[in-house]
Amino acid sequence: MLKYLDNFGRYCLLIIRSFSKSPKASVMRELIVRELDNLGIGSLYIVSIISFFMGAVAAIQLAANIDSPLIPMSTVGYGTRETIILEFSPTVIALILAGKVGSNIASEIGTMRVTEQIDALEIMGVNSANYLIFPKIIASLIINPILTVISMILGIYGGYLACTTTGLLDGTTYLYGATMDFKTFHFIYALIKSAVFAFVIASVSAFRGYYVEGGSQEVGKASTKAVVNSSISILLWNFILTRLLLL
Amino acid sequence: MIEIKNLNKVFGDRQVLFDINAVFEPGKCNLIIGQSGSGKTVLMKCLVGLLEPTSGSIIYSGIDFTKASENERKKIRQEIGMVFQGGALFDSMTCEENVAFPLRMFTDWNKSKIADRVKFCLDRVNLSHAHKLYPSEISGGMKKRVAIARAIALNPKYLFFDEPNSGLDPQTGIVIDQLIQEITREFNTTTIVNTHDMNSVVEIGDKIIYIRKGYKHWEGDSSSIVKSNNPELIDFIFATKLLKRVQKTF
Repeated sequence: MLKYLDNFGRYCLLIIRSFSKSPKASVMRELIVRELDNLGIGSLYIVSIISFFMGAVAAIQLAANIDSPLIPMSTVGYGTRETIILEFSPTVIALILAGKVGSNIASEIGTMRVTEQIDALEIMGVNSANYLIFPKIIASLIINPILTVISMILGIYGGYLACTTTGLLDGTTYLYGATMDFKTFHFIYALIKSAVFAFVIASVSAFRGYYVEGGSQEVGKASTKAVVNSSISILLWNFILTRLLLL
Repeated sequence: MIEIKNLNKVFGDRQVLFDINAVFEPGKCNLIIGQSGSGKTVLMKCLVGLLEPTSGSIIYSGIDFTKASENERKKIRQEIGMVFQGGALFDSMTCEENVAFPLRMFTDWNKSKIADRVKFCLDRVNLSHAHKLYPSEISGGMKKRVAIARAIALNPKYLFFDEPNSGLDPQTGIVIDQLIQEITREFNTTTIVNTHDMNSVVEIGDKIIYIRKGYKHWEGDSSSIVKSNNPELIDFIFATKLLKRVQKTF
């Protein structure tokens, strides 16, 4: 228990340090743009593929399970949209990004630690936590909600294509359901979740990488811990946010 | 000038440094030598602020680094250049970007002025041809030279070298030693070199401190070290068969 508290304390201190004493604004801007490219553009492909097929499978499963003639087939479009917006796009994509981006952040910072690059920054008088972690957090906060919106669009479109190409449902009925009774707050709720998850992924993974001790084997372990810790934190925050915002 | 007064460092219940006192003067190559585990790396980490000493003072030109405010520390750190054992070059940057890094972070210079300074520093270490290469594309010796170029970019008053010759062949080691000596004289830096390379000891040691089991065991220069009667020091510096033969020629 003490170990967990110690880790949590160190995590909080590191995040506070990463939000203080920035270098020149021009340098920070450049770092954020680089991270946007690294973390965001680099993840676009996997997010697109997963979202498209997730939407397609959700639509087929819904259509296949509607047996009662009393339930209109437009429910397929409605159900697909709601599951995609409420859960699949913000949470599942965050879990996938925790694997891809989280391990990337932890191994990058961890390698810098074991090869003394972080010590070199500190000796130069650079706040290494700010220089390395702050741009990653900001870039994740910007890019994750954008990726989530892209995922929503592709997921709903995937459902549309799955229904129309397999002949399960005509496009007009699907689109009628997909646009029916739209609640803007559900969309905002999804964006809030994606921003919180972005912070969790970037900060937890950076923390795991920053405090690596040893060599390449420890960097690998830190990378695994980053993914596990980020994923568990995402699931926990998903529960907390759903309880707070939807009930 | 750097002064160390009664420096002690304890990790948990294990004391690593015991009451170290030393003065390192500008324009001289000051060597800290000792066996692996003797405490010389801990001493260097305390000097540059990567570790906090348990007690004692480290005085940089009259300012006590251990008691300095965060701002004073930052100022001192900007006057420090350090070359790590592995170079510690930023692997996502090219050689010229590595050298330009401290200039971009701590000066308001425009791009052309930074480019001029980078060119000067890379020329100084004879690496102007490698400016576009990444650290993964150059040899160990070249990495050390780029690290030296980065360390001198901001015209530091204090230069630290941690095992500059480790992992290098003897000839490249000599090149690095000569470079360290030339830069020290040229820029009048207070240079501190952490080494157990006996060639460095003999060639560039203006002042040598021998650390043994955490204590300062001996202090002198390169001419006095080879004539020393200190048995532990003699065992350490003439450890190999070859060096034992060489010892007989002194």
